[in-house]
Amino acid sequence: MATWIPLWVHKLGSPPIFYRFAGLVRPWAFALALLLGTIALYGGLVSAPADYQQGDAFRIIYIHVPSAWMSLFIYFVMAAASFVALVWRVKLAEVIAMESAPVGAAFTAITLATGSLWGRPMWGTWWTWDARLTSELVLLFLYLGVIGLYHSFEDRRQGARAAAFLAIIGIINVPIVHFSVNWWNTLHQGSTIRILGPSKMAPSMVWPLLTMMLATKAYYVASLMGRARADLLAMESGKDWVRQIAQEGSSP
Amino acid sequence: MSAPSLSKACGAILRRDLTLAWRRRGDMAMPVLYALIVITLFPFALGPEDTLLQRIAGGVVLVTVLLAMLLALDAMFRSDIEDGSLEQLVVSPQPLAMLLAMKILAHWLTTALPLIIISPLLGGMLHLPASVIPVLVLALMLATPLLSLLGAVLVALTAGTRRSGMLLALMLLPLCVPVVIFAAGAVAAAQQGLPWFAPIAWLGAGLVLALVLAPLACAIALRIALDA
Repeated sequence: MATWIPLWVHKLGSPPIFYRFAGLVRPWAFALALLLGTIALYGGLVSAPADYQQGDAFRIIYIHVPSAWMSLFIYFVMAAASFVALVWRVKLAEVIAMESAPVGAAFTAITLATGSLWGRPMWGTWWTWDARLTSELVLLFLYLGVIGLYHSFEDRRQGARAAAFLAIIGIINVPIVHFSVNWWNTLHQGSTIRILGPSKMAPSMVWPLLTMMLATKAYYVASLMGRARADLLAMESGKDWVRQIAQEGSSP
Repeated sequence: MSAPSLSKACGAILRRDLTLAWRRRGDMAMPVLYALIVITLFPFALGPEDTLLQRIAGGVVLVTVLLAMLLALDAMFRSDIEDGSLEQLVVSPQPLAMLLAMKILAHWLTTALPLIIISPLLGGMLHLPASVIPVLVLALMLATPLLSLLGAVLVALTAGTRRSGMLLALMLLPLCVPVVIFAAGAVAAAQQGLPWFAPIAWLGAGLVLALVLAPLACAIALRIALDA
């Protein structure tokens, strides 16, 4: 066993210890997400000035852009956890990977929904086969494939390993899809409408965006911890530590 | 008892799968029939206008072939799982990836090759210009093995599950997006009189990569899906 990794990291890999750790982290992460989210929403919806071209419609980016970042970020987390799960067979990594998938899929769906809400007044259409939009849609299908494969096995761990393998195939696929979709789109039409880059924005518009990004991260942590706790209890339902928790809960 | 050599084992598997497919010739004809039916329906749905059909012909033939292959993909390992011969392959002394590559080859020969053979007819039914048909066949020659290889990995992943038809389509869609884009791109470019070699070259590169990696990934996936 590698000596440079501190002992507590190894300990966290054990389900009962992680269960308690997650229980401690979850309320704090949730509170942080609520606090930062409220600040960011105030900053984005009230204090930031209206865009000189788009008016108030641009404010949807305070939901849209952080969700888009999260959709990719969670996929990377899921693929990394999948890799750990397959190589070292860490039970907890399987749980993290599989419980990340629904959260990531939700963020991807939010990104697509808010994007088309924004696109209707700005582009004049709900949907266009732009390279970015198409990549995001394919990402949603990747998430759904992972979730579907996980649930189609009767044995949880076997399903988790198969879905983890699919997640790794998917992460190889993401750049290929992005590249080919770009190529495909430029073949058919020249310039495409791009969403404003954050670097081209005024500071008064940027800080709520970054705050919202932190809020979504905190929400992801809180949500993941809650889901992982539930999943660990279900997976380890025959073990002593789960029985102890159940008995503590039933005897007030 | 010493194990037979790798080439002998590969030959035996190929021969077995081809014989089995030949004994069930009716199943082999199903994807071809399916493709013919779908192509026949398009003019009814869109109207018999030559120019419109010509414009969509390449893409429609490609997607139809893809769907026909998807239809047959589900059955790639099914009978072998049911009678337990797939487990025998897993425990055999030869490298599993090579044996699976032979199974994928047999599957490609029995499902994709007939589709490629009738693809000029499919294109012709939609008035695809005769000059474009060689490009279509070439694109299919490169795209269908890619789909077989990618599909085999996913089929192997679902080997331990009961219902997999819809799931397989959902999982294959993100993987086949680049394949469809490049194959259809080549046909479209040829149709417009543009150079069409670049997308074909990309398909070829993808195929080479998949030829090396997909059997290995398929073997890993199968081991994951079968170790219960």
